[in-house]
Amino acid sequence: MSDLSFVRTEMLPEKEPPASTVGAIGWARENLFSGWFNSILTVVSLTVIYYVLSTLLTWAISPTWSATSLGECRDILAEVGREGHYAGACWGVIRDRWIQLLFGFYPSELYWRPILAFILLGVALAPVLFSDKVTPKLLWFSAVFPFLFPWLLWGGTIWAPLAVIAGFVIGWFVYKAVDASAGSLAGIIAAVVAAVVWWMFLSGYVVNGVPNPDDPNAVGGLNALLPIGIEAVESRNFGGFMLSITIGVVAIACSLPLGIVLALGRQSDLLIVKALCVGFIEFIRGVPLITLLFVASTLLNIFMPPGTNFDIILRVIIMATLFASAYMAEVIRGGLAALPKGQYEGADSLGLNYWQAQRLIIMPQALKISIPGIVSTFIGLFKDTTLVSIIGLLDPLGLSNSIRADAAWNGIVWEIYGFIALMFFVFCFAMSRYSMYLERKLHTGHR
Amino acid sequence: MSELAIEREIDRSKMQVSDEVAIEITNMNKWYGAFHVLRDINLTVQRGERIVIAGPSGSGKSTLIRCINALEEHQQGQIVVDGTVLSSDLKNIDKIRSEVGMVFQHFNLFPHLTILENCTLAPIWVRKIPRKEAEETAMHFLEKVKIPEQADKYPGQLSGGQQQRVAIARSLCMMPRIMLFDEPTSALDPEMIKEVLDTMIELAEEGMTMLCVTHEMGFARQVANRVIFMDQGQIVEQNEPEEFFNNPQSDRTKLFLSQILGH
Repeated sequence: MSDLSFVRTEMLPEKEPPASTVGAIGWARENLFSGWFNSILTVVSLTVIYYVLSTLLTWAISPTWSATSLGECRDILAEVGREGHYAGACWGVIRDRWIQLLFGFYPSELYWRPILAFILLGVALAPVLFSDKVTPKLLWFSAVFPFLFPWLLWGGTIWAPLAVIAGFVIGWFVYKAVDASAGSLAGIIAAVVAAVVWWMFLSGYVVNGVPNPDDPNAVGGLNALLPIGIEAVESRNFGGFMLSITIGVVAIACSLPLGIVLALGRQSDLLIVKALCVGFIEFIRGVPLITLLFVASTLLNIFMPPGTNFDIILRVIIMATLFASAYMAEVIRGGLAALPKGQYEGADSLGLNYWQAQRLIIMPQALKISIPGIVSTFIGLFKDTTLVSIIGLLDPLGLSNSIRADAAWNGIVWEIYGFIALMFFVFCFAMSRYSMYLERKLHTGHR
Repeated sequence: MSELAIEREIDRSKMQVSDEVAIEITNMNKWYGAFHVLRDINLTVQRGERIVIAGPSGSGKSTLIRCINALEEHQQGQIVVDGTVLSSDLKNIDKIRSEVGMVFQHFNLFPHLTILENCTLAPIWVRKIPRKEAEETAMHFLEKVKIPEQADKYPGQLSGGQQQRVAIARSLCMMPRIMLFDEPTSALDPEMIKEVLDTMIELAEEGMTMLCVTHEMGFARQVANRVIFMDQGQIVEQNEPEEFFNNPQSDRTKLFLSQILGH
């Protein structure tokens, strides 16, 4: 037998890893003290963290909750022997104004409506966000909720949201009728035209009756027959986080489907569709959001026929949606580009048509790949809602200016902005955690 | 490229070539830009035939079978599959694709769906078969490729050979009359090649019309009724396997065979 020959007669059993590499000690040794340089860094970092936290907490823990003005805060702090610029936070302003920071100037006797609307928002989102834990029957409520939500917030006649729903129903029937005789593309076009005609012209007559030139306030139509409704609240009374969340949620919910359509259009073989999508995306991405908001608040009125009342919040939502959808389209295009060509071929070879392949094979995977980018866009959009303060809407930042202008709270900075920042952080952090949960849930092993 | 021995005796009772034409390709030409990939291809496939297409890489063999189910578009000539002329009409293309099964080198399973969902997707959405019935058919074919126990796993959790067998089952669930194989074993470890080849042999034994692009010459010798050799976008030689391997006519074929079987 030669020296090279070797035959294993029994397989080796598994052994425990050495004790110094597992457990708390192992973790600290590996991550904090793995060498002299890292040990120094650890000690320096801990010192800095201690210094920052001790300063911040001394400032934040301050017995000023009941104060009614900045002066009173200073007196309270002086009594406990704390003097100077950073003696302590003045939390009285939050106690005094937190409701305003949440609801703006919404009539206080109607607070139950936004509260109910946001609770129901949670119910409507549950079957969408947690499809494996919540019964799919709730999806019916999710489908109705987009019509219920604005009605609860703005109030007014029940016939307005019903007229909007009727538009979708009309579109559906027109689609079915035309699809059978003239093909699906003609059906979609006819359905959109029919619905738009209904919304723009006919629904007004049905809900409010034929306008009377002598008495513009006269009501007719369904409103005269059955005047069911709740008290209307005007957009200028909206404010605070209620406004931010409304703009943010609606724009987020609308920008995702719009972004998908734009991303598909950008990849389309149809030249005109592609050119339109590329043009839209590049134009919107080339313009700052703030200019779009200015267009929404001022320029748009110039182009509208005189007398049309196009709600300012609706205009802002449309602009924010368009803005986010352009970014969304590019994020999703990245996801589409990351899919191997074989996925398209696999779908094609089974005889799936374009829309089936997109819906069942391509989009589920492309969207999964793009989750981090999509959620980043969502978070950016939600924070960008603070820009509406520049065009005069009273979002939390807009309100903070008026609070600081109040004689009682003149001179307060950190407490209000800290509170607003914390609220935004809660929402954005929740979105970020949800995206990580979703990524884990959708992880089905490597390709 | 090795010649893998197939140990068991092949049951040839149902492996019969009928007179019926399954695929007819006449004067087909294809270009990629200015590059002439397929030149004047003429090929008639009878129902029940098992054809192996061999040739060096870049010879156009994959492109040829991908033209048959319109994954690639040909520019000149005519392809008739099961009596349907392949034109740019999307309805015809979808019809042909649902009749012709295709197995790819890299499996192309859908990683976000379970094995069972992979197999039932097209029957449910294209054939409009009820889910329950589609699942029964899928389990039948998964048993046939010997992995029914993996039905609820995801493709990423399976070995390459298992994935390729799922891909075959997925195609079979559409009840195709013709199967195309595009280098089905080229991305597999040697130990897994055999399990995929065994599945393909079983399929052949049942009389399926098959076109296989493969380098498995053992499979060609024992299962195929015709071997086609391609080079530079043309059919250079075709013959029965015995003749093809033992008595190649053209110099190019001789060179190819000497390289592929020479060691």
